[in-house]
Amino acid sequence: MDGEAVLREISLTLPMGPEMEIAASRAATAVAESMRMSADKIDEVRMAVVEACINAIEHSSSSDQAVYLSFAVLGRREPERLEVTVRDTGVGFSPDELEEPRIEEKLLSKRKRGWGLKIMRGLMDDVEVRSGTDGTTIVMSKAR
Amino acid sequence: MTETLKLRVDRRDGLAVVYTEGYINNQGGEQIAKAAYELIDGGYRRILLNLVGTKIVNSIGISILIEIIEKMLEIDGRLAFCCLTPTIEKTFHIMGLAQYAGIHGDEDAAVEALRAA
Repeated sequence: MDGEAVLREISLTLPMGPEMEIAASRAATAVAESMRMSADKIDEVRMAVVEACINAIEHSSSSDQAVYLSFAVLGRREPERLEVTVRDTGVGFSPDELEEPRIEEKLLSKRKRGWGLKIMRGLMDDVEVRSGTDGTTIVMSKAR
Repeated sequence: MTETLKLRVDRRDGLAVVYTEGYINNQGGEQIAKAAYELIDGGYRRILLNLVGTKIVNSIGISILIEIIEKMLEIDGRLAFCCLTPTIEKTFHIMGLAQYAGIHGDEDAAVEALRAA
């Protein structure tokens, strides 16, 4: 956004392990609370972060078995927007080739999963996915 | 740090209410599915999932809930949800679950709708 600056930024690296997504979601909650985001919006950010982490854990096959997160509070003078970046160093995928999941098809299919991106896009204001052979980066943001 | 799911089942005259407390992830989803399939095997065709004690879910857990919906459709049963957080309710709508399972604000409304279905 024009004129926005990074007012503060927190980075953390989490090992891919059981429920690491919960640790990531707690960090997201703390940052969102610090910028006085509404409770409902915090909850939506939290869930989107969970989905981004699960995507990395489930699909990246990364050799370092880590997820790199950063939470940037953006604004002109006051916090206006939270930008969350979730990165892995895995094998990547082609976001454009992903079919959007549809409930009526999932009910008939053996594979019920594959909802992560759709949920992230539904809960956040903006979601960008960059993926290649050096890994996947998901950048998503939500206004305060 | 683990947030394991606790379940409680209340059986009432052909209708069962499953109360959840905690994180609905893959393990939590499997626990719910096990309870639901036991209820189905026991003849229950109306099941309400009361998520009053659940503040967070993930898509893997919800995918398992979709399996339960599929099973209920196969047996001409009904599955409904109540007492969802606004974010969980929004997520269910994003995924389209509301087309196949009732979503209600409180338990009384959900029970009434299930009994009428």
